[in-house]
Amino acid sequence: MSLTLPFEVLPRTGNLNTGLVPPLSDADRKGLTKKEVAADHPTWCPGCGDFSVLALYFKLIEKRKIHHEKITTVAGIGCSSRFPYFVQAHGAHYIHGRALPFASGISLSRPDLHVFVFGGDGDAFSIGGNHFNHTARKNIKLTYCVMDNWVYGLTKKQTSPTSPLGFKSKTDGWGSMDHPINPMKQAISAGATFVARTTHTNPNHVLQMMEAAMDHDGFSFIECLSECVEFYEGAFDASNPRKGGAFNTVPADHDVTDEAAAYKLAGEAFPGSFGIFYKTTRATKNANEAKIVSSHQEKVKGLKDWQILQKNFDRLK
Amino acid sequence: MSETATTAAGGAAPKVSNVSEAIIRIAGNSQDGIQAIGGFLARLAGRSEQEVMTFMTIPSTISGGPSIFQVRIGSGEVLSSGDEADVLLCFYQHSYEDHVSSLKKGGIVLYDSDHVEPKAEWQQTYHHLGVPISGLTVEAIGGTAKDKGKNIFSLGLIAKMFDLNLPKLEKLIGERFTGKDPSILNNALAAFHAGYGHSLGSVLEVFKFVDSQKKDHPQIVMNGNEALGFGLIAAGVRFGAGYPITPWSDIMELLRRELPKYGGTFVQTEDEIAAISMAIGASYAGRVAVTGSSGPGISLKTEALGWAVMAEMPLVIVDVQRGGPSTGMPTNVEQSDLNIAVFGGHGDSPRVVIAPANVEDCFYMAIEAVNIARKYSVPVIILSDQGIASRIEAFEEPNLEKVCQDISPDFTPVADHKPYDLAPVDGVTRHVAPGTRIASGKYPVVTGLEHDELGHPTGSPKLHAQMSAKRRKKLQALGAALPLPQIYGPAEGNILLVGWGSTEGPIKEAAARARAAGDSVSSLHIRHVNPMPNGLENIFAGFNHVFVVEMNDEGIYGYGQLASLLRARYCDPKIRGINKVDGLNWKVKDILSRANDAVATGLRKM
Ligand SMILES: Cc1ncc(C[n+]2csc(CCOP(=O)(O)OP(=O)(O)O)c2C)c(N)n1
Ligand code: SF4
Ligand SMILES: [Mg+2]
Repeated sequence: MSLTLPFEVLPRTGNLNTGLVPPLSDADRKGLTKKEVAADHPTWCPGCGDFSVLALYFKLIEKRKIHHEKITTVAGIGCSSRFPYFVQAHGAHYIHGRALPFASGISLSRPDLHVFVFGGDGDAFSIGGNHFNHTARKNIKLTYCVMDNWVYGLTKKQTSPTSPLGFKSKTDGWGSMDHPINPMKQAISAGATFVARTTHTNPNHVLQMMEAAMDHDGFSFIECLSECVEFYEGAFDASNPRKGGAFNTVPADHDVTDEAAAYKLAGEAFPGSFGIFYKTTRATKNANEAKIVSSHQEKVKGLKDWQILQKNFDRLK
Repeated sequence: MSETATTAAGGAAPKVSNVSEAIIRIAGNSQDGIQAIGGFLARLAGRSEQEVMTFMTIPSTISGGPSIFQVRIGSGEVLSSGDEADVLLCFYQHSYEDHVSSLKKGGIVLYDSDHVEPKAEWQQTYHHLGVPISGLTVEAIGGTAKDKGKNIFSLGLIAKMFDLNLPKLEKLIGERFTGKDPSILNNALAAFHAGYGHSLGSVLEVFKFVDSQKKDHPQIVMNGNEALGFGLIAAGVRFGAGYPITPWSDIMELLRRELPKYGGTFVQTEDEIAAISMAIGASYAGRVAVTGSSGPGISLKTEALGWAVMAEMPLVIVDVQRGGPSTGMPTNVEQSDLNIAVFGGHGDSPRVVIAPANVEDCFYMAIEAVNIARKYSVPVIILSDQGIASRIEAFEEPNLEKVCQDISPDFTPVADHKPYDLAPVDGVTRHVAPGTRIASGKYPVVTGLEHDELGHPTGSPKLHAQMSAKRRKKLQALGAALPLPQIYGPAEGNILLVGWGSTEGPIKEAAARARAAGDSVSSLHIRHVNPMPNGLENIFAGFNHVFVVEMNDEGIYGYGQLASLLRARYCDPKIRGINKVDGLNWKVKDILSRANDAVATGLRKM
């Protein structure tokens, strides 16, 4: 069977130099519709906050006219981490807690793709806690949206690293006793260059944060409160005006480049503020590595790969 | 030292013996630069078309400590670093006392008389030759050099003793010190000439290598870690990630240093789990990537490895084995990771395991690993070990123009794509990387959950059975395509010695030595551990005894790791094990005596 394709063929690329390859001409391509970008029907419980995060991801793809093959959706394990199955695009459902290094491998070897990572609070801050710190400090270009529900959803209500003190879970029937992790503080102190907070009950705000995160050149982290209606109902009511709570955006005079001010915002009592807490520019690992590559390649300019290796071998005779 | 001819010399001049090979052990402390002497000798041998093999021990503490380097140079085939040395060069009393027993009777002790007090009881057994190496080095290059130049001075002594090619050695020294301060090179040459010019005085004989067989191609000299690292580059690998651990670190350092020249990257991650995850991510993204480790780091990688099996991702994992379990014996050789390589992880997770047999094999098997990973969309583990990693060998220079591959990803759009298509009978499907347009608009999710053909989760018992079979059938297809290993020696006889990994040389030498003594011993080396090639049973059928020689424990049921695998596959009671875990490479004579003992003991009670 011969393939007839409605579009031109992307040439084989040189190693890691995808940035130099002329992109597919997208001019004639329309943006995707929601129908084209939706895959399996989500398996989440009705009313789960994760639905709105997914819907807004679709919106982002539609609005920004991202094509199927230009985006990669990666997740670890958890309810929230089922995300990639619901998106009609290249995706990977990896192992618990390790989505960030996996996504980093994509990001560092494929400058032409935008990598989005979704996951839960346990995935991000418990089993994957150290990866979070290192991905942030390395400033690897990707967007990480943690759907924080303050509980382990998939495994049915155990204490999570973000569960507030006193939360009665199956592993702390008498109420959680371990001081919770503050994701925003964690991100800022780990060296994340984009740190934002949003909640699933405010769709416009979620989309706004996703867009800003995507446009950030570096590791962009969003903590998105996403209610687990099954195991932690009402957790975020205090942040939802429809439930009598308060949704406050970060103060207009907040300087997003001021780390100390961001840290202070992160320390506010719940419901705190929503928006971009911190944003700074620092060379990404992607850019730093590209620089090393180009300076090394300068020295072997004009040589084929085997000739570069031959130079090494000549010294080993 | 196999002497082929002796020329008697008159007067005071020492007699000159023609030798076809020599084993020189250099013992000192790690900071004395003894590796450098060994390295020079190995490189010289390579350039002189000789065969060479080295062996070294490194202390596990960075502050130094006793260290040895043994080099065996031969005009004919050199298969192991040798059981007994012909010459022991020792710098200190402890080097002398600890290693004199490694000399053959009548061997030469060349010692630094500034530090070593020879013992009367050994002076009858070995020729002793004292040279005030430390003092003479200082004399030759000045006091500031202190201990620095005595290795090069000693190289001069050895060069004289073995009538080594002076201009070639000078050239090697020159190359080694190029780019550095010219006074460093001048000092090195001064120390070398002082050693070379030193009168060997009472030494009874000097040696001259007989001409080695002409080799058609230039030789190249490197250790196993270098060969693996360069092999991966030749294979076209342009992305890797790792976390430091001995003895794997050398490979990651090499790749970190070299890959940028090829447009590639190697990332030092926060731990081994991140390393394998990042490598899998890059593989998923289209660049067959490498990760690696040793010892405990391999254990950490197993969950992710299982994912790569399930998700059918190409990946290369290097395991430079060391003594285990746990932190174990970090700088000693052992072959005890075969089980974790073949079986490590939960669930049924078939993966490919290959084990290079020598340094040259490290280079080519790295390429083979990459190609198997790509073709079968499967993780491939390369089982190397500390012995092969640090061993220097000379081998025919590869034709790099022919061998080097471009495996950059292919983003050619496809009409449709099922990542886990069940149609191919051999189970082999190809990974399509993100960035690839799929005309049908149906995009794949790669996953560790059991899945349907498109990668979507399923709880279907039927699909789990079908997918498990798919993952297994790929390996069966590979196994059927593998060539049978070569039998060294007659295809039928009394004993077949079977080995894997770094022990090929000593096992082959043991079998050859036994045959020379009239015994019926052949050997076989298994390079493809999982899957193994089909038809080994036909080879085994030709022998009364099949002894699997391994550097691992005999296990609860009496068989080492490969032996257990072979017994499981062939249900053949004549397959038995010869095992040891002393952290040292096999001595040829030990293999033979253990094999003879095993024949004498007869089959165990079943
Ligand atoms: C290595 C490993 N340990 C444990 C689990 C079981 N497990 C799956 S998801 C999960 C926690 C999920 O919580 P979270 O990350 O907050 O995601 P949520 O389900 O709340 O969205 C656990 C413990 C696993 N899959 N893998
Ligand atoms: S268990 Fe909680 S987090 Fe999981 S799908 Fe249901 S509501 Fe959502
Ligand atoms: Mg959770």
